[in-house]
Amino acid sequence: MIPELGHFALILALGIALLQTVAPLIGYARRDAKLLAFAGSAAQGQFFCIAVAYVCLTISFVDTDFSVAYVAANAHTDLPLIYRVSAVWGAHEGSLLLWMFMLSGWTFAVSVFNRRLPADLSALVIAILGVISTGLLLFMLLTSNPFERLFPVPLQGRDLNPLLQDFGLAIHPPTLYMGYVGFSVAFAFAVAALITGKLDAAWARWTRPWTTTAWMFLTLGITLGSWWAYNELGWGGWWFWDPVENASFMPWLAGTALIHSLAVTEKRGLLKSWTALLAILTFSLSLLGTFLVRSGVLVSVHAFASDPARGLFILIFMAIVTGSALLLYAWRAPKLVSIGELNLFSREGLLLFNNVFLVVAAAAILVGTLYPLVLDALNLGKISVGPPYFNAVFLPMIAPLFVLVGLGAVVPWKKGKVGETWQRLKLPALAAVAIAIVLPLALHGRATLLAVTGALLGAWTIIAASQDVWRRIRAKRQFITGLTSVPRAVWGMTLAHAGLGVWALGVAFVISYGFEKDVRLAPNASTEIGDFTFGFVGAQEAKGPNFVAQQGEVTIEHGDHSVATLYPQKRFYPSQRNVMTESAVEASLLRDLYVSLGERFDDGSWSLRIYVKPMIRLIWLGGVLMFLGGCLAASDRRYRLAMAADRKAVLDGAQPA
Amino acid sequence: MTKRRQRLLAVAALVVGVGVAAALGFTAFRKNMMYFYTPSDLVAGGVPEGASLQLGGLVVQGSLVRAEGLKIEFKVADCEKNVPVRYEGVLPDLFREGQGVVADGHLGPDKVFVATRILAKHDENYMPPQVAESLKGNPESGKHSCMPFKAVAAS
Repeated sequence: MIPELGHFALILALGIALLQTVAPLIGYARRDAKLLAFAGSAAQGQFFCIAVAYVCLTISFVDTDFSVAYVAANAHTDLPLIYRVSAVWGAHEGSLLLWMFMLSGWTFAVSVFNRRLPADLSALVIAILGVISTGLLLFMLLTSNPFERLFPVPLQGRDLNPLLQDFGLAIHPPTLYMGYVGFSVAFAFAVAALITGKLDAAWARWTRPWTTTAWMFLTLGITLGSWWAYNELGWGGWWFWDPVENASFMPWLAGTALIHSLAVTEKRGLLKSWTALLAILTFSLSLLGTFLVRSGVLVSVHAFASDPARGLFILIFMAIVTGSALLLYAWRAPKLVSIGELNLFSREGLLLFNNVFLVVAAAAILVGTLYPLVLDALNLGKISVGPPYFNAVFLPMIAPLFVLVGLGAVVPWKKGKVGETWQRLKLPALAAVAIAIVLPLALHGRATLLAVTGALLGAWTIIAASQDVWRRIRAKRQFITGLTSVPRAVWGMTLAHAGLGVWALGVAFVISYGFEKDVRLAPNASTEIGDFTFGFVGAQEAKGPNFVAQQGEVTIEHGDHSVATLYPQKRFYPSQRNVMTESAVEASLLRDLYVSLGERFDDGSWSLRIYVKPMIRLIWLGGVLMFLGGCLAASDRRYRLAMAADRKAVLDGAQPA
Repeated sequence: MTKRRQRLLAVAALVVGVGVAAALGFTAFRKNMMYFYTPSDLVAGGVPEGASLQLGGLVVQGSLVRAEGLKIEFKVADCEKNVPVRYEGVLPDLFREGQGVVADGHLGPDKVFVATRILAKHDENYMPPQVAESLKGNPESGKHSCMPFKAVAAS
């Protein structure tokens, strides 16, 4: 009964989504206020239906109702409750439902928080979001219905893929999707502006918090994914340039560019059509990401069983959405005239450079990710492009960004002065050089080019970014009043930029000073890696709720004193006959000690992967700082006050007419 | 005039920048592109020694031999031919005899494939698409069972 209710709710949602698309568009053409106002109610109704469907699927999972095919394929009676709830998005059908849930949630939010927007803009935005939901709902109902029944009903389910039974992974997809889907709002705003032909400072101000919110979720999602891969895949790496990682990273780069170009559009009325194009591209890259992951065209830990019909549907859907948006852009963008001159040595000029580097980096990754697929589709051979390619093109593209961040913090809008800039950046530059030389030597006793460069760029970014806040505080007489007078947006920007610096430090140090070693150890044997002695005590059987494990015991000593004892596991999940590596990590800010079990040999010895990873935590800390920065920036009261003011202006303007 | 010159300069800088990026990208791409081969392709020859490439197929039953430390040798086969592979390191969890693998590496002078990285997926649903495809041509249901192949490989 409950699955049918969910299925019915989905069908109802499809009907509402159609109305949500058509009614406001007719309303806009006929200037009919009633039809325009219908958009909001439709969005709320659709959200309610999708929420019902989502809850229904969750209930089916909690009750382990194996008559639902999707539940039978992804749950087991021994599966702990939390993973039964997260199993909803453990495979294709449910993750689409989650995607849909997020999309309708975002639309709902637009309908609630944008009461202050001009009625036609808000209705158009909701209508365009309706187009996307219609497409996705059709996709779900036609090719991947999560409520499909299974007969005869199996006695036991096939269980959730053990790779997904981890807390990091339980929350990684929802945050990532919040980001992906959130860019649909920026997309809808851009398309609506192309339709109305009005893309002004007020438009940019309305769009900014939505974009920043989507961006911060995507940032957190990618960070969580990286952390999960490190903990759960047993390879000890944090980024693999896996096509699916690239699929999430490309919208991130484009979205980052979008945040910055929106700032220029708001403050200076420049780069208007570029901003609109970026908004379209960012969401298109999000859709591409979904396509790459869900169609199964990729070899990856993320790829689910492939089904060509699904891939084709998403491809066509993507072609329609992106294609028509770009057509509209080609037709209408010439109308979006930017007022004023763009001086290259000014904040907007630097932001333009930032956009160039970010977009070129995204393009380079796009080429590396798609080229093998295109070759394969054309039957020209199968190739793969390895991580060295991505490192070789990405790092040179990204390094100048750090220099720009520092400059951008002191160069004012409109026109910068070289002398003044130098005066303000002299000290930060000196400090960064000093740190770049001292830090590697002090921590590791030797300097590598990469470590020095990373420390230089990281320190430069952190120091130069912070001085904006510092100057604002100094401008007030008292420290406390100064501290509270700094707007949240500035705090957010500073925090995010500092996060970038922290990330760079982490990356450079992990690569420069990390040790990785695969060894074969008999019980009670030991090996030395870096300054540490890793002793393998042995392995014993251990039991979990739905798995049995071999648990190793590894003692770590530094000189004479013991640092930690780690218990890495090799788990066997009988329901899926799957083996999983559960690594053990002794974590601290300055270094991680990482051990994972390989396999047992006939003589009782084991193969082990042992890693020493200095400062790897900083990589994720950087991501978290960027996320927090996004939170602060998106919640700046300026947006709320400005919204009220805009609304008032609209009302006042409407009265006399 | 200065505005014009500045704009010219900006365009020139952009062209140079994109050019450098393209050149960097192109060389990096050519150096790091790996073609995918099946064992039959490798046996047929024509693959230069030392070129990095990917080899995909099934691990032949009973071909796994361990040496000291973490050194290991096994054979990878498709439905017709097989190629010896040498590897040193920890094998992935899903590595099994009779299951699909993809190995990155190069062909050594002694015609042994020296692998630097091994990927394995044991479930048929998780089989690397390249492997699945190179095993096609099996009339039974398209499920890549490749039973006839296993018989060939074991003999």
